[in-house]
Amino acid sequence: MVELTINGIKTRVFEGTTVLEAAQEMGTIIPTLCHHEGLTPYGACRICIVEVVKGDRSSLEASCTLPVEEGQVILTDSERVKKRRKVIMELLLSSCPNSKTLQDMAANMGVNEVRFTIKDRECILCGLCVRYCKEQMQSGGIGFVGRGTSRRVATAFGVTPEECRGCGGCEWICPVCERACTAGNLVNGLCGGCQNLVPVETCPICIGCSESVTPSGHRVY
Amino acid sequence: MVVSIKIASAAELEQLRSRIVAGHDPDRLCVVTSVGTCGLACGAGEVADALSKALADFGINDSVDIRTTGCHGFCEIEPVVVIYPERILYQHVTPEDVPEIVSESVVNKRVIERLLYRDPSTGESITHEQDIPFYQKQKRLSLDNNRLIDPTNIDDYIALGGYSALAKALFKSQPEQIIEEIKKSGLRGRGGGGFPTGRKWESVRNAHSYDGVRYVICNADEGDPGAYMDRSLLEGNPHSVIEGMIIGAYAIGAHDGYVYVRHEYPLAVQNVTIALEQAREHGLLGEDILGSGFDFDIKISRGGGAFICGESTALMASLEGKIGEPRAKHIHTSESGLYGRPSDLNNVETWANVPLIINRGADRYSQIGTEGSKGTKIFSLVGKINNTGLVEVPMGMPLKEIVFDIGGGIPNGKKFKAVQTGGPSGGCIPESLIDLPVDFDRLAEAGSIMGSGGMIVMDEDTCMVDVARYFVNFLTEESCGKCVPCREGLDRMLDILTAITEGRGKDGDIELMEELGETIKDTALCALGTSAPNPVLSTIRYFRDEYEAHIQKKRCPAGVCKSLITFTIDEEKCTGCTVCAKECPQGAISGEKKEPHVIDQTKCIKCGLCRDNCKFDAVIVS
Repeated sequence: MVELTINGIKTRVFEGTTVLEAAQEMGTIIPTLCHHEGLTPYGACRICIVEVVKGDRSSLEASCTLPVEEGQVILTDSERVKKRRKVIMELLLSSCPNSKTLQDMAANMGVNEVRFTIKDRECILCGLCVRYCKEQMQSGGIGFVGRGTSRRVATAFGVTPEECRGCGGCEWICPVCERACTAGNLVNGLCGGCQNLVPVETCPICIGCSESVTPSGHRVY
Repeated sequence: MVVSIKIASAAELEQLRSRIVAGHDPDRLCVVTSVGTCGLACGAGEVADALSKALADFGINDSVDIRTTGCHGFCEIEPVVVIYPERILYQHVTPEDVPEIVSESVVNKRVIERLLYRDPSTGESITHEQDIPFYQKQKRLSLDNNRLIDPTNIDDYIALGGYSALAKALFKSQPEQIIEEIKKSGLRGRGGGGFPTGRKWESVRNAHSYDGVRYVICNADEGDPGAYMDRSLLEGNPHSVIEGMIIGAYAIGAHDGYVYVRHEYPLAVQNVTIALEQAREHGLLGEDILGSGFDFDIKISRGGGAFICGESTALMASLEGKIGEPRAKHIHTSESGLYGRPSDLNNVETWANVPLIINRGADRYSQIGTEGSKGTKIFSLVGKINNTGLVEVPMGMPLKEIVFDIGGGIPNGKKFKAVQTGGPSGGCIPESLIDLPVDFDRLAEAGSIMGSGGMIVMDEDTCMVDVARYFVNFLTEESCGKCVPCREGLDRMLDILTAITEGRGKDGDIELMEELGETIKDTALCALGTSAPNPVLSTIRYFRDEYEAHIQKKRCPAGVCKSLITFTIDEEKCTGCTVCAKECPQGAISGEKKEPHVIDQTKCIKCGLCRDNCKFDAVIVS
């Protein structure tokens, strides 16, 4: 067992656990996009960053790929973390403004402007579909093509490969095309349909849109 | 001639060395041409061919040796021919000069004045290679052998004491002692990170490997714009790298090695391939090296042209045949690297330093350099500088000495503005810090990095916003695209920079770029991303006024950004010579002969040809 401190609370977890899992185990919520508990950690979206404190210095690390260490001191919600997360959220929104998941998450974080050029790529390249296809379906029918801004998810040579069994898992797991934002107009990349622009005091925890509050409780990310 | 005899012991190696040295008369005439990639690009290949033909024509090809070597370092004066034993150096040699060189200098021992190097500061001609100021201030520990070695002939390397460090390591030291020696020398990785090499070796040696397999890898995926020291070492002295790798493998306990080299370096690939074959023939690679019982061999893997593959985890993924993209390094490659085994990755220059340390001892090596950075470092000095080339200096030499004393200052009497160190992810160091001693720690304090050793010198005509834009553009294209801050962040950074250089900058852009830059630095997945904002952040730090001039006054102070400048002709200075009108590709310049000319702004594409060709400085850029 390894003992570490998350937000001032000591916890003991098995060796080999990630910081994200340790935090989730004690009920601390860290937002994630490219993480899924059934798939290998990937560390691409960087939204799950946490602050790792080492003496008087600290660094930011993606919690989904960070293994726990004895005596580790983690802050999941420090000012530095929140500030950096918001910029990453802005970048994500600017590249995929029509995603309801992203808009809701942005609202939860209090992102109320997108200062970057909107370039709708309709995909955040989180790789969930690629990993799902390979690891859960043992297929490998889809993969990444290209580098940098031309990187995209595709099948080989643009044709449906034999390996694809049409399971639909890639669509099911996608955080972006799962539900499109239904709001009519996006104002500077932000959805006008939720409470970014018109705050409603219905939710005691966040100012997220009303849809994130369900009868069973509050939906957080 | 390569003699294919396996060397079975250290004593046999010494015997071979004595035989080679005895068979070589030091006073014998030898004509040397440097045919590294830089020389070949300047026509050194033709010069070398013409030399062998001319020697045959004069009937003296039996009494005069001919040798082709790798790059000597002074690329500005290529093609270079050096005549031994006196070391008479001729610069900018053309094939037409060759018969004269042979008849005058080789046969009649007369110096050809017009081909000598001239010191630009004094105008005096310099006859001997060793007297050239460019070489005098350097300390060429690893580069110097480039001028003495034919890289395709292992005998040349053995004659200079090659593989004696290997023999010493194999027969006189335990692996732990070698690691201790490297640790004591203070050698730090020359590829950019500056991690202590000895500590890296130790952790690879001590890491658990379930089947005992460990790897050593040479990182020759040199991709920084303007940096080519690794290429020069591989082309000019491949055996020094190979020897370093064998010593490293013995210390670590590895039996397999890889050289991951750029496909775009064909000559380096060729010379390393030849060197590996010759080392194998001589029993210096393969099974039972020098009869010591130690087995080790090296394979070459050619990179596919991705800058990111110079990053350790991406390089190893690429070696395994996967997409070259990095992974989180919480588990170091020294514990789980190539194929999940402990792997040691060092840069070309680091490997080349290893035989030096073993031969000279760690104490002598660590006397060179500064407190935290030991030994020498090769820099490629390029850009707006008189003496373009590779310079090897002790760590801690002030930037000023490198740029002005060795580099010979800025061409055309222009003013020095900044020097960009560390490749695209490095930073710009301004004139106010010109006395900065160059070592790992001081460069980092100044907001830049040592990187692999690129030094791009910039003069007053360089726009720092444009420079930042150039590097961010490079990195945007070379980002693997895996993580969001690097892929999207750099792309948006490029948008903002492009807008600023095109006169569309807004108030708040500088602050936004600072915030974005800090975010990328803090949160990107690999070292490419975390250092990518350096060019922007360092130029904002030292040249904020230039950014402000672009944004607020819509003016480019250096006269580079095309959208922000206009070309006009000074009526007073213009003599009406009509040269500009003839040169203008747009036909935008009109005027009578001997009357002041005028530029039609609607047609002008701001190419600058008129300014470059005007003899009277009459074209004004504002």
